[in-house]
Formats: sequence, C-alpha cells, structure tokens
Amino acid sequence: MHRLEQADAHHLGIFLASEFLLFGGLFAAIVFYRIVHPQEVVEASKDLHLWIGALNTVVLLTSSLTAAMAAQSAKADQAVGTKRLLLAAAALGVAFLAIKAVEYSIEYRDGMLPVPGGDQQLGEPIAHLFMNLYLVATGLHAVHLTIGILLFLFTVARLWSLSIRLPRDAVSITVPALYWHLVDVVWIFLYPALYLAR
Amino acid sequence: MPRLQPLLWVYLALLALLALTVSASFLPLGGLSPVVSTAIALAKTGLIAWFFMELRSEGWPLRLALMAGLFMCSLLLVMSSIDPVTR
Repeated sequence: MHRLEQADAHHLGIFLASEFLLFGGLFAAIVFYRIVHPQEVVEASKDLHLWIGALNTVVLLTSSLTAAMAAQSAKADQAVGTKRLLLAAAALGVAFLAIKAVEYSIEYRDGMLPVPGGDQQLGEPIAHLFMNLYLVATGLHAVHLTIGILLFLFTVARLWSLSIRLPRDAVSITVPALYWHLVDVVWIFLYPALYLAR
Repeated sequence: MPRLQPLLWVYLALLALLALTVSASFLPLGGLSPVVSTAIALAKTGLIAWFFMELRSEGWPLRLALMAGLFMCSLLLVMSSIDPVTR
C-alpha cells in the first residue's frame, strides 16, 4: 500500500480544507444573492454560455481521470505512463484555460464582463454584482488551475531528472493529483451555481 | 499493470451526472432547481473523493480533515442563508 504518512495526510487535508473554505465564502455569496434576488440572478445566469461551461466541465473531469490514472501508474512503478498521464492532465488544464479565455473574450465583446470597456450591457446593478462574483470566482479558479498545471510540469521534470523514483516516491504524484481533484470539485460546484441558476 | 477500469466507470458516471444536471436546469423545477443541482454536485464530489482521490484506501487523518472542511463550508452556507431566508 502507498498511503500518505499520517502527518503528511493531515497537513495536506488541512490545506485542502482551507481551500474549500476560500471558495466556500464565494459560493455562500452567490447563494446569498440567489436567495435575496432570485429573478435578477436567474436572468443574469441565462446570459452566461452554458454549453461552453459544460464543455469545460468535460475537459476538467477528463483531466481528473488522467490525474487519478497517473497516481495509480506511479504506485505500479510505471514511470513512462505516469509522465504521459501527468502531461495529458496538464494539457487538458491548458485546454480549459484556453476555452475560458475564449469565453471571457466573447463576454467582453458582448459588453457583459465587469472590466473597463467590457461592461456596457450590464445595466442592472444585481446583474453587475452577479457578473462580479462570476469573474472573481472563475478567475480565482483559473489561478488555482494554473498552479496545478505548473505542479504537474514540475513533477514530470522531477521524474525525468530521476529526483523522484517510483514506486518509492509515488506520494510525490499523489499530492499534486489530490490538489488537482480539489480544483475539479470547486468547478463542479461553481458550474451549476453560476451557469445553471434557473 | 494498475486496474484502471474502475476509474473509467467512475468517469462515465461523472459525465452522466453532468448530463443530468444540465438537463435538470431546463426543467421547470422552480425553487427546487438549486437543491437538485447541489445534490448532483455533492454526488459528483463523493465519486471523485472516494475513487479519484482514493479516500477509500487513505487513512482517517486525510478523511477527517476534508470532512471538517466540507462541514465548515456547510456551516458557512447555512448560517449565511438563515438571514435572507427568514426575512
């Protein structure tokens, strides 16, 4: 068995729990405005690109699958497969960010993004507030995803340089994979709260 | 060779749940809509935690820390919702 050491597991768990709370605050704000201004929030949510969000969810779920497979391969002492799977997860992360960038650019062009020069169509104050939350939540998520991609690339580089040896150091693959799954779970809650409010 | 087949089944289940949550958003569920989408999100989280994050084979320190995080999040949501709901 390649379980995390008790102390490592506890420290990692506390870090991941603190990340839950960071996004939990934003999620609570979205829920609060949904309860206080249901009609306006639903109308603002309908203006988001539901299918682009769904496509990005598929991309992120697939990346989580490859990250989980990488962790399993590492435990089975398959260095080549582990490297390929980590690179696939990182590439899918980059694909997610690229799709998100296209979505932001469409929203900017349509005057729906609360940034200078991109908010001409956001007349209703609650719609503006909702889009502020949307931008902060998805932006913060994108920052976390970028960190995850860099972690995967760093881990692949360590595998290549043999500073990580499998299966002895399989935990070095498990930890970034756990972080990646957390980023995936955050999106799983953000997607319906932002895009599917009806 | 690691057993990857269970992971693929979990992945297919996650895609099915995504299809379900998108489909449910088109149904006239009214106030139940956020409840349904949150329940589906929780089901997806359970699958990812148990199979992808391998909490089924990890010890209690990691499980407890993550459950504490989820519990604190639920507390935050419930406490911040009480005021607007009871106005």
